[in-house]
Amino acid sequence: MSESPAVELDRLTHKYGDRTALDGLNLRIKRGMLFALLGPNGGGKTTLFKILATLMPPMGGTARVAGGNVVSDRRHVRGRIGIVFQKPSLDGKLTVAENIMHQGHLYGLRGGQLSRRSGPILERFGLSDRVRDRVDTLSGGLQRRVELAKALLHQPEVLILDEPSTGLDPSVRADLGLLLSELRREREVTILLTTHLMEEADECDRIGILDGGRLVAEGTSPELKSAIRGDVILATGAKPVELAARIASRFACETTIVDGAVRMERDRGHEFVPALIEAFPGEISGVSVGKPTLGDVFLHVAGHRWREAEPEANERR
Amino acid sequence: MNRDEALTIPRELFLVPALSLWRRETVRFLRQRSRVVGALGTPLVFWLLIGGGIGRSFQSPGTTETNVGSNYLQYSFPGTMALIVLFTSIFAMISVIEDRREGFMQAVVAAPVHRLAIVMGKILGSTTLAVGQALVFLLLAPLAGLPLSAGSFALSAGILVVVAVGLSGLGFVIAWPMDSTQGFHAVMNLFLIPMWLLSGALFPATGAAGWIAWLMRLNPLTYGVSAIRWGMLGAGGEAGAHGPSPAFSLMISAVFAVGMTIFAAVVVDRTRVR
Repeated sequence: MSESPAVELDRLTHKYGDRTALDGLNLRIKRGMLFALLGPNGGGKTTLFKILATLMPPMGGTARVAGGNVVSDRRHVRGRIGIVFQKPSLDGKLTVAENIMHQGHLYGLRGGQLSRRSGPILERFGLSDRVRDRVDTLSGGLQRRVELAKALLHQPEVLILDEPSTGLDPSVRADLGLLLSELRREREVTILLTTHLMEEADECDRIGILDGGRLVAEGTSPELKSAIRGDVILATGAKPVELAARIASRFACETTIVDGAVRMERDRGHEFVPALIEAFPGEISGVSVGKPTLGDVFLHVAGHRWREAEPEANERR
Repeated sequence: MNRDEALTIPRELFLVPALSLWRRETVRFLRQRSRVVGALGTPLVFWLLIGGGIGRSFQSPGTTETNVGSNYLQYSFPGTMALIVLFTSIFAMISVIEDRREGFMQAVVAAPVHRLAIVMGKILGSTTLAVGQALVFLLLAPLAGLPLSAGSFALSAGILVVVAVGLSGLGFVIAWPMDSTQGFHAVMNLFLIPMWLLSGALFPATGAAGWIAWLMRLNPLTYGVSAIRWGMLGAGGEAGAHGPSPAFSLMISAVFAVGMTIFAAVVVDRTRVR
């Protein structure tokens, strides 16, 4: 296999009218990674997905996937990527086997070669006894498995999933996460998924955080979290704004207000909490100490709270 | 598993994907009972109306058979076949809108498949339905008192395919950019009825007002109707005298079919994803 990165973005830019969806993205994803692109809706994830899937050429910069440019080498790229769309791409009127067969035909697989490929994949995803069932009759979770089986049929080098857990029950979502990390180990495949769920991103090898069309951070989950000093402390009280100001001046630290609570980052949180409570007796009604989450990381690197912009479905053309 | 196998996808694929898309159209059709009933019922109803209505209305009460009656039946029967092909092939293209909206098409356009193969798969699917229906109707011709030989049946089938491909291509081009089936219905009603009325299916251009005659000359379906009429009834006789010559009609129909197919592939190639 070639040594080129699975995905390589160089100043990738895209606009819809005046609105900048992607603003000069630079990113390299090594082969064999399970990589999450995390960001609020409207952050540019879907735009990036469409560009990587060769469905839309970018306006500026370049994107290379599996060693090929998504515009000039799109045939090369199309043969080497597997795609799981956010919207189901199965034909509900056809059976599982027929959907898989059709997908095989799109990639030039047929006859014995096709059944040698599809058999183990369907088996692997626990679909062997459902192959004769119409896709319409399967549960949402099973349909997702068929989508995944379909995308892996031609043994892609890079598997791209757009919001794979949208519309799935939490248990099915956990199941999918497990399946993806197993896949990455079993096969030499790079998996890139977009998500707006921090828990989902947390389970990936590396995470890129996309906000307002910019890649604001990239790294492993522990790396990203280490950017935050120590622990995250949340204190609640009757007058949060006043309390925040007073804590800030008393302890010389930055405070912000998050959902009506005063938030601060401190080393050795367990020692800080008693001091905090003693400093403001009766004014603090509750305190929590936690390790930083990806939500804290987002706040730290994006400079604002996680907010969902308009859905990207509006971004036609 | 052997990864090298996966690395050998050479160019964009053509034949296998096109045939697979075609097959999918027919499988989907056969699985939807209402569509099958409608498809078989339409020619029957048309035959009853045309054979029982037009065939008899033009007969004078005293005689059993007159020249006027059988001549107009001869004239309108091929025109009705054109109507069947027109509506079936274009309305089958509603599936293009559904495929795009429901998501099936996104996996197809993201595959290393030649855009022309995508278009041809869809067009062949609707052509199969349209021609199948028209041939059911044609088989009923002897029951309406019109002659039908094996030769004219085979010739008509071939001509119907050419006409249906062109009309399916037209339907594809209109359907592809649309996001609702309602919009498609509206546009098609605007187009289809005039297209059929002005195709020579109902009345010949020779008797029409000047500007109508011109519109009929510009209508690609005019040549389709003329070719179908020739295929069914032969060049001689009353019917052949009305329209453009058979050779010219066939040529225009073929050019229209090829042109619309290529145009449809260009439309697909130019499209960004929804």
